[in-house]
Amino acid sequence: MKYIYYPGCSLKSTGRPYEESLLAVFKELQIPMEELHDWNCCGATSYMSVDELKAFGLAARNLALAESQNGINGNGDPDVHIVAPCSACYLVLIKTERYLKEYKNERKAVIKGLKTIGLDYNGKAVIRHPVDVLFNDIGLESIAKHIKKPLKGIKVASYYGCQMIRPFELFDPVHYPVTLDLLVDKLGATPLDWPLKTRCCGGSLTGTLHEAGMRLNYRLLSEAKKRGADMIITTCPLCQFNLECYQDRISSYTGKKIEMPILYFTQLVGLALGIPEKKLGIHRSFIRFPNFQALEMEV
Amino acid sequence: MTFSFLRTRKWKYQKPSRIEQDKTVRRRIKYESELDIGFREKIAKMAWGERLDSCMQCGTCSATCPVSHYMDYTPRRIIDMVRQGFKEEVLNSFTLWVCASCYSCTVECPRGIKITDVMYALKREAIKQGFHPKRFLIPMLASKFYKQVLRHGRQNEGRLILSLYLSANPLLLLRNSKLAFRLWRRGRMKLFEKGIRNKASIRKLLSSIERREEEPVQ
Repeated sequence: MKYIYYPGCSLKSTGRPYEESLLAVFKELQIPMEELHDWNCCGATSYMSVDELKAFGLAARNLALAESQNGINGNGDPDVHIVAPCSACYLVLIKTERYLKEYKNERKAVIKGLKTIGLDYNGKAVIRHPVDVLFNDIGLESIAKHIKKPLKGIKVASYYGCQMIRPFELFDPVHYPVTLDLLVDKLGATPLDWPLKTRCCGGSLTGTLHEAGMRLNYRLLSEAKKRGADMIITTCPLCQFNLECYQDRISSYTGKKIEMPILYFTQLVGLALGIPEKKLGIHRSFIRFPNFQALEMEV
Repeated sequence: MTFSFLRTRKWKYQKPSRIEQDKTVRRRIKYESELDIGFREKIAKMAWGERLDSCMQCGTCSATCPVSHYMDYTPRRIIDMVRQGFKEEVLNSFTLWVCASCYSCTVECPRGIKITDVMYALKREAIKQGFHPKRFLIPMLASKFYKQVLRHGRQNEGRLILSLYLSANPLLLLRNSKLAFRLWRRGRMKLFEKGIRNKASIRKLLSSIERREEEPVQ
């Protein structure tokens, strides 16, 4: 089965290290994946606030494109699995799929709209998150076989964010998700038990309602620091941006120095698999984790 | 620990002065005839708003909300005000815009009300009827986003924020210029992007869906 990769807008700009590391890890693990041709924006949270049906139409175009792309490839597999790494895209696509299943009239309207641009949607596309793919399809055991540099002695706080696990319980419990922690454990690092795993980072509020966003992020960062985390790993480009890029500002507001490296979980997996840092986009982050060089020396 | 920035910025807590409130004698309670009775039905009809009536006012939504202390009405009150028909108050409130759609309330609600989706429905109503405050960043971001996707098919974070701050408050650009520069230097920000290949198809798709919405679908 070939996965269809839906990057979303963020992974092409602020989330570039996520894209680089995701593609590198999937290549290393020999998971076949190709980018969705001519994908468009999923609409995120903003489109839904302006027009509901159009928002679903916009997201449905991607689903329809994925279905037709799978048909063109013709590898005899009826499964269409879209991998959406950005949590916002992931949720919007899942919501669209469920909405079109549940509401018949709206489904008709959206499908009619898609027909005007020569696309057809059958509701076969399944939307997956890379965490889901790594955990359920590939399996931790087969990832463990590929590990070349176990990340010994690093304490990792896994931050799941909101939209990957809420509101639909798909592959992880909503109240206390564990998949990332199990993954971190398999990589040789120490997963950290912290209660703010799924607490909101504020999303776009950091840009629009600055103070509220800063406060939410401060709480996450200081709690992780208090519990002795060496780094936080995230699954969403917006969470990573919020947690990383405003740290100097939060430090100056609160008078407490916070320097916490924020990595994508794929970067951490990539490090354990022995992929060079440059290929994982680690040089693009603001705060460097000091021990990466030492890790390489060990092996 | 002091949050000194709380006091200097615009969004500080303001203690309502009792003297000022009581200066004028005016009616502070709405008569039933002034309420918009159809409002409840309108919101309940929108996607995933069906269970609105089953709310038992337990307040779990307000308790789990990470940003409820920035709201003028808590989510619990909003739900009840929608049911009673306080249309102007609800659509004018900041609550709708402060909601970061983290879905905590939707997950916790014992009655299975999809509160985040109700908030979306209210946001749409507020934008449609022009209720949101002028030069308030959050609804402006939504409409800028909408226009950008309509034009390019994709969204560009750098350009989106640039155009938002330019039209709202150029001072914000100054404040964030250092961050923008650091992002650019690490190759994480692009101001120019081509967008999708078939841009006309997005416009065609969205306009055809718009027309369908006006006529009731059978």
